[in-house]
Amino acid sequence: MSVHININKICKSYDDVEALKDITLSINAGEIFGFIGPDGAGKTSLFRILTSLLIPTSGTATVGDYDVVKDYKKIRQSTGYMPGRFSLYLDLTVEENLNFYASIFNTSLKENYDLIKDIYIQIEPFKKRRAGDLSGGMKQKLALSCALIHSPKLIILDEPTTGVDAVSRMEFWELLKKMQKRGITIIVSTPYMDEAALCDHVALIQGGKLLAVDKPENIVKSFKGSLFAVSANNMHKLIYDLDNLMNTSNVFRFGETIHITSNIDDDLLYTENAHKHLSESGYHNITINRVEPVIEDCFLALMDQDMVKG
Amino acid sequence: MNQKEKIIEVTNLVKMFGSFTANYNLAFDVYKGEIFGFLGANGAGKTTAIRILCGLSPPTSGKVIVAGYDVSLYPNKVKANIGYMSQKFSLYNDMTVKENFRFYGGIYGLSGKEIKEKTQFFLKKLKMEHTRDIVLSEIPLGWKQKLAFSVAIMHDPKVVFLDEPTGGVDPITRRQFWEMIYESADKGITVFVTTHYMDEAEYCERISIMSEGKIEALDTPAKLKSNYGVNTMNDVFIKIAR
Amino acid sequence: MRAFIKKEFFHIFRDYRSMVILFGMPLVMVLLFGFAITNDITNARIAILDNSKDIVTHQITQKLISSGYFLLEKNITSQNDIEEAFTQGKIKAVMVFEPDFARKLKTEAQAGVQIILDASEPNTASIINAYASGIINTYSLVLMKGLSDLPVKINVESNMYYNPEVKSVYMFVPGIITVLLMLVSAMMTSISITREKEMGTMEALLVSPLKPYQIIIGKVMPYVVLSFINLIIILLLARFVFHMPVQGSLILLLSESLLFIIMSLALGILISTASKTQQQAMLLSMFALMLPTILLSGFIFPIKNMPLILQYISHIMPSKWFIIIVKNIMLKGTGIGYFWKETLIISGMTLFFIGMSIKKFKIRLE
Repeated sequence: MSVHININKICKSYDDVEALKDITLSINAGEIFGFIGPDGAGKTSLFRILTSLLIPTSGTATVGDYDVVKDYKKIRQSTGYMPGRFSLYLDLTVEENLNFYASIFNTSLKENYDLIKDIYIQIEPFKKRRAGDLSGGMKQKLALSCALIHSPKLIILDEPTTGVDAVSRMEFWELLKKMQKRGITIIVSTPYMDEAALCDHVALIQGGKLLAVDKPENIVKSFKGSLFAVSANNMHKLIYDLDNLMNTSNVFRFGETIHITSNIDDDLLYTENAHKHLSESGYHNITINRVEPVIEDCFLALMDQDMVKG
Repeated sequence: MNQKEKIIEVTNLVKMFGSFTANYNLAFDVYKGEIFGFLGANGAGKTTAIRILCGLSPPTSGKVIVAGYDVSLYPNKVKANIGYMSQKFSLYNDMTVKENFRFYGGIYGLSGKEIKEKTQFFLKKLKMEHTRDIVLSEIPLGWKQKLAFSVAIMHDPKVVFLDEPTGGVDPITRRQFWEMIYESADKGITVFVTTHYMDEAEYCERISIMSEGKIEALDTPAKLKSNYGVNTMNDVFIKIAR
Repeated sequence: MRAFIKKEFFHIFRDYRSMVILFGMPLVMVLLFGFAITNDITNARIAILDNSKDIVTHQITQKLISSGYFLLEKNITSQNDIEEAFTQGKIKAVMVFEPDFARKLKTEAQAGVQIILDASEPNTASIINAYASGIINTYSLVLMKGLSDLPVKINVESNMYYNPEVKSVYMFVPGIITVLLMLVSAMMTSISITREKEMGTMEALLVSPLKPYQIIIGKVMPYVVLSFINLIIILLLARFVFHMPVQGSLILLLSESLLFIIMSLALGILISTASKTQQQAMLLSMFALMLPTILLSGFIFPIKNMPLILQYISHIMPSKWFIIIVKNIMLKGTGIGYFWKETLIISGMTLFFIGMSIKKFKIRLE
């Protein structure tokens, strides 16, 4: 038993700012669906529409069989929502927060202990501690427990991993996978591109528009051109010179290397060419390797395209 | 660039809150013009350490010298020689871009003329001259963070502390932000930065990773990766912090 | 719902600074008004110019002096000496009896006492004025019974009848009750609701199946209890520290207070729907509720001394009506028959504010 979602031509404006521009997509029952995009991309607005907290300016959306505007009571009963700011009472203890959220859904911690056991067990040693005194990772786990306490069929998590360290983030995703195995549909948003690979489907979103919606591996496959990782002795200067020498706009620093997208088909020719240009410009320790793109490369390329179009 | 000039010297830094040890015997140096990544899990003691380095809270024991001054003896001298910016605290949302520059410039004792010149200079560099009289709340987050960084280095500090400066910023702007960091490092400003983006960790010249109040590792990203036998900083971090 | 109320109490008890203020305030206010900011005077020096020197003026003089409020500094003999008496700076007032005082009172049923006051201390002057004319009036009433049934031409302060000892704390207690009930109920509810908005927890409450009225009742119930506790603290202080009994029915007083509390809570909810931050809620409560309650309700400044326009505005102050009710019950000991109109007005306001706040309370975030 889980819930599929249909979003049809949703637009949302605040005064004269368009937060969402014509969003259409569907989310399958039982999958983990990720909205990947920076702050201000429109993720929160979309989630608030799905949880019936906002009314779209135009367009419709259904969660299961329920319309997000007309059937808001039904949606609120069956959805677990974890807002961006975690929505915890900082002056209440861990246990009191959970009990409270259980009670407003007419259930109790005891009744649904099994559901949240995997998560709760990690924070249970601190159950008498006030939520305000917890670290970011623990707050996040508590907030997830609170969103799950009424055994919803759908959970919507708005940036659950923002500001949380890499280890806590990894543990959090492991928990989400466990939830998914119970048949819960999970919608999650994140600004961290590397988390895209953990979702079944992702939507890349930027400036209220969808850049792409697909399986993460398909998004990576649809990357146009070949990607090269370049490094040399003076990385800072290199990025400007690559921009000029190689005649391409897709030059982005990526970890210890610089990723550039080739504009010709012949990889070998391109590499040799680049090598020659760079050594002529006085660089040494030059390495140029063809690499497989990751989601962030795709996002950058799509953003770039979008800017050229816009 | 003189690699030998130390801008931050930390020896045996200990900070206790009651019986709880937040920082346990930290020791590291940061050099002039270096980009130093300060990583750690939530609650590992990063924030406490940064507060001490900025002269906001005295160490329980140990010696901390920032920009040539001992933080326990001359916290105000330290504060005058550093810049600070974080995701949470940056600029005033209800003031215009120009007013923010003027306010922070005034705090650091810049003259009216200097403030005007600097404002002009940074806005031109960021290609944001048209935003001069716009209230900050109407400016996108990424731009705001770039402005905040400019304001933080407006008084030419010896070292600038950046606490998760790029959280939530889009990937293109994030890279532009890092270009700004490189540029100021080239000019000799030391950059002390924390981040949760592990790819950004690789942009740093050296990084330290804290866990439970201690510095567990400190080296260049490449050495750390080879020492731990992994391919990404993410894996290094997970190995250390877990 | 029970859990909701429990949680609300947790919030209140965990924030002990606010709690100290909440419960300390009635104590401080009652004690402050009762002892420090007292309107009582003792041994104010006066002079008397008795142009009549008969048995009645002599008796009035005796009454004034024996009251304990006044000390006869000197007798003066001519109008010309008044100025000098004041400039010496010791006396606060001069009582001037007109010639043939007793005879005029008998034949014309009126006689004049002029009270000349040193108004450089306006507050003291007006109190002396009130006390002196009170004493004279009391005396004239005694006199009247024996002499004639014609009315005596001196204004009588009506509150004198019900406050024979002229203790100012009696006047202030109803006002303090009103201010505190208003403050705790309206301001605290509006702040606690906006806090949920600010913290983002309102989002979580809204997406839960809780109905708006459940959220509202859950939020306000604790403050009903707190307001009641405050009310009882004030009444106990009044009773045992200032020996001020409740003349009328205690049950009636509590029920009227409950009505007023509910009205204030509704106002608080209304304020919270109009404000985005706790700060806004607090300022709004201060300016829209507290100041008018203190200034325009007749708590400190008598309404009938106000400019006409303010008198009209005071009619829409719920606190004005509530103070009348409390004074009636506490001081006069009258029953509902004497203030059903005021009760009706407050009931009407309560319904209006509840209606408004339910209408305005949003089930969504916009």
